[in-house]
Amino acid sequence: MRPTKLSTLAIAAALAAAPLAACSSSGSSGSSSTTHPTLTYWATNQGTSLQADQQVLGPQIAKFTKATGIKVNIQVIPWTTVLNQITAATVSGKGPDVLNIGNTWSPSLQATGALLPFTSSVMSQIGGSSRFLAGSLSATGAPGQPPTAVPLYSLAYALYYNKAQFAAAGISSPPTTWAELIADGVKLKKNGHWPLAIEGGSVAENIHMAFELSQQQGGQFFDSAGKPTFNTPQNVAAVKQMMDFIQTDKLTNPSDAQYSKGTEALVDYATGKTSMVIWQAASGSLKQLGMNSADIGVVPVPLPSPVPAGGKPVTSMVAGINMAVFKNTKNMSAALQFVKFMTSTPEQESLNSTYGSLPTVSAAYSDPAFQTPAVNTFLSILKSSAAPMPPVAKESAFETAVGTAIIHLYADAATGKAVTDSMIGQALASAQQQLGG
Amino acid sequence: MHEATWFRWARVIVLTLLGLFALTPVYVMLSASLKPLPDVEGAFRWFPSHVTVAPFIDMWQTIPLLRYLENSLVVSTTASVASVLIALLAAYAISRYRFHGRQVFSITILSTQMFPGILFLLPLFVIFVNIGRVTSINLYGSRTGLIITYMTFTLPFAIWMLAAYLDTIPRELDEAAKVDGSGPMGAFIRVVIPAAIPGIVAVLIYAFMTAWSEMLFASVLTNDTTRTLAVGLQGYATQNQVYWNQIMAASLTVSVPIVVGFLLLQRFLVAGMTAGSVK
Amino acid sequence: MVDTIRAEKGVTASAPSPPHKRQWRRGWLPYVLLIPAVILELLIHIIPMLVGVGISFLQLTEFYLSNWRAAPFAGTSNYRIALNIHGATGQALLHSFTITVLYTVIALAVSWSFGMAAAVFTQRAFRGRGVIRTVFLIPYALPVFASVITWNFMLQRDTGMVNQLLLDLHLVHSRPFWLIGSNSFYSLVVVAIWRSWPFAFLILTAGMQSIPTDLYEAASLDGSGAIGQVRHVTLPLLRPVNRVLLLVLFLWTFNDFSVPFTLFGSAPPSQADIISIHIYENSFVSWNFGTGSAMSVLLLLFLLLVTAIYLAAGRLGGRHA
Repeated sequence: MRPTKLSTLAIAAALAAAPLAACSSSGSSGSSSTTHPTLTYWATNQGTSLQADQQVLGPQIAKFTKATGIKVNIQVIPWTTVLNQITAATVSGKGPDVLNIGNTWSPSLQATGALLPFTSSVMSQIGGSSRFLAGSLSATGAPGQPPTAVPLYSLAYALYYNKAQFAAAGISSPPTTWAELIADGVKLKKNGHWPLAIEGGSVAENIHMAFELSQQQGGQFFDSAGKPTFNTPQNVAAVKQMMDFIQTDKLTNPSDAQYSKGTEALVDYATGKTSMVIWQAASGSLKQLGMNSADIGVVPVPLPSPVPAGGKPVTSMVAGINMAVFKNTKNMSAALQFVKFMTSTPEQESLNSTYGSLPTVSAAYSDPAFQTPAVNTFLSILKSSAAPMPPVAKESAFETAVGTAIIHLYADAATGKAVTDSMIGQALASAQQQLGG
Repeated sequence: MHEATWFRWARVIVLTLLGLFALTPVYVMLSASLKPLPDVEGAFRWFPSHVTVAPFIDMWQTIPLLRYLENSLVVSTTASVASVLIALLAAYAISRYRFHGRQVFSITILSTQMFPGILFLLPLFVIFVNIGRVTSINLYGSRTGLIITYMTFTLPFAIWMLAAYLDTIPRELDEAAKVDGSGPMGAFIRVVIPAAIPGIVAVLIYAFMTAWSEMLFASVLTNDTTRTLAVGLQGYATQNQVYWNQIMAASLTVSVPIVVGFLLLQRFLVAGMTAGSVK
Repeated sequence: MVDTIRAEKGVTASAPSPPHKRQWRRGWLPYVLLIPAVILELLIHIIPMLVGVGISFLQLTEFYLSNWRAAPFAGTSNYRIALNIHGATGQALLHSFTITVLYTVIALAVSWSFGMAAAVFTQRAFRGRGVIRTVFLIPYALPVFASVITWNFMLQRDTGMVNQLLLDLHLVHSRPFWLIGSNSFYSLVVVAIWRSWPFAFLILTAGMQSIPTDLYEAASLDGSGAIGQVRHVTLPLLRPVNRVLLLVLFLWTFNDFSVPFTLFGSAPPSQADIISIHIYENSFVSWNFGTGSAMSVLLLLFLLLVTAIYLAAGRLGGRHA
């Protein structure tokens, strides 16, 4: 019997230990050799693919390594998992040295305390805050606190319109007010096109639009003390305007309420099914979707005319990517050197022209690559008519709660159930309740 | 054993309908994988107007598909085989023996199937990180950590299913083998396991597919080098674009070895060797 | 008559012991066999779960995420918010829970039925059976992300295959919505069935292999047709397997995340607001882990209750303990 007992024990032990020996492990945060540290950098996906990002970032960062001897382990993370990974890193204390974050996450991440605050002494190590565009810098954290990250790539929303379809409908110039847009829509519909495409099933697109329209109405979703104020007449008016695109103005195909993947509205525009779409800078995507560049027209998002009392001429939220440093990095000075490199003027020029986004430092705009009409449009939007999303810690909860409420309202509008002001008010009030205390 | 005519007709109808139900989305995937990108979101056509194999070529470049495929294969194979082996031992104990704690163990292990993943995802990650700090075994960002996690996920069902299956194998088989002079483990290996092959194969497939398709834990426990397909395929959804055609092409391609595996394994889902063997 | 045959199955051996007697051992062998499973379960499932339960009593928001031991003790307030039917959060949770129960019961019943039908019809060999079995397992083999997104494409109102087909077959006059509105619930159910019935088929097929064919022969000699054989031979002998299969399918479908998330995106329509997505949106996405954990624990308690009732009822009905 003894041999059997031993063999049983051996089998059990071996099975428990086998996986530990089986496979390679890899990936951890940077090692700290004092002379030549290796930084771990989590880059978000900005280009046409993860591989493409590696190919863009690799040679640029190689210049950094050559100059400083600091190696950088570049990890490009798909958008679908990056927030999960940042959360896990925050909870466990085990994360990268430097990372990209969506700029709207800044206040929430700031509240976790996991990121290094860019106090004036830290800022001076990377070249000072005055180099950055004021608009971009406004979306780096809560007011009254040092920024929790520095802006890396800037983006804004604009109104894309199809020049050929506009010409065919006899419209001589793109709309600058909402009334003009609706009038143009009537003409475009006669030609058989849906005038305006909306990504009605997307939380992000809906909340951004609601924010912009609310600003135009003079509303706000959080008061100056940071308390939520969702159910106000101005906010209701903003959401009602969005619903009316489908139900009253009939500018938008009710099917757009299903568009949840973040791509469909743009594809409808690119393939000529619709004549207009409100989107962030999309020249790269439009080219890949095969749109004729002669047909692409870009203007700022329309404003109400006249602008209501208290309303602001906001046509876009400040969109973009920020760069942050994990507070418990073991390679602080190397990390800051890297941030300085990435926000240096030559790198800003190179990376933003590759990615089709806007530099966040004013010095980069002297580069001829950024002198095109489209870039000028976006730059002027960023400088004069862009506002940051509410810089409060509960920003992500706000986006989810209100964005989801709008999705449900769009579904009602699309399936024929008339959306009234009181329904909107109720939905906003519910959303606010879900934010809790 | 002759079959009634109505039974044969019913079989044809039911199996055909079920087959159509199973395969229709596959056809749509195939057709989408052969279209240029703007057409994928366009109006559905039964046959694509413009056929291109470019997605099948580009898909290897857009994400490191080969690396993700390798990671998934290694993780899923190791996790499923290990899980089935451990489950067999436990199932044998539960099925063949009465001992203190047998009920507690069975119920507890079944209750783990009720745990919502999001509840223990972060705590698990923290535990892995702390293990890495105390020992030097890196469980986060490594295939090992993922393998151990998946093994554990599939154990409860594997144990219950195998125990239920082993229960249907008469104890007389064990007795007969012991009469021949082997110990309990010997009897188990030489006689009971061969009789349980259909159950083992089913559980192996289950364990492999669970590891293969798990997304939530993989998103947090892997990094660029160790990422598996379930998470990696989402890399086709880039900042600018979602390459639907390449997603379909990649999904179909990586499923081919799986389906071939099923084709080979399904023949082991045959009538067990218990029928009549004790007489 | 069939009972006699079943009794015979256990009686042919020389040992006098009744068919399901287990060997009572004071020995350590059973415990040793369980050790690897116990260690893994403790490390990966039990301990993290207990930590998760602990978090439900804390106010773990973004402020305390990096130092969660410092998070303030919330007592039962997270639970009270979740259970307060008059508040927005509690109401939404209850609604989501109800939808999920309906969804699970329907998907489970149909998946099992399809699996059973397919297993019965593929039980006897015929030409192409191997191919058919493989075809049925294909939905199970495909990556969830791709296959469920395909359903999303198929169910789009203007451009989807389903409406194209319905229109071509003149079953509808105008294109209905499948991804929003009240139909969205049925779309979710169909997609869930599409993904889970192959698994039921797999397990039932394997389970049927352990039923000796002589029992079927005896039953047919008795005059049982195909349906009678299923009722009197297959189902009773599949009871141990079915007991596990039904319970596990219920739990997995109830907790399912990837199918609804992929089909609808992060904000499902209110008619298809499955509870795992609901909790995810209320915790991960809004950094409100304390509340999310409390909701998860409530979910867990409900499932424990269902399981306890199910197992108790099974014990009363069957002889297998």
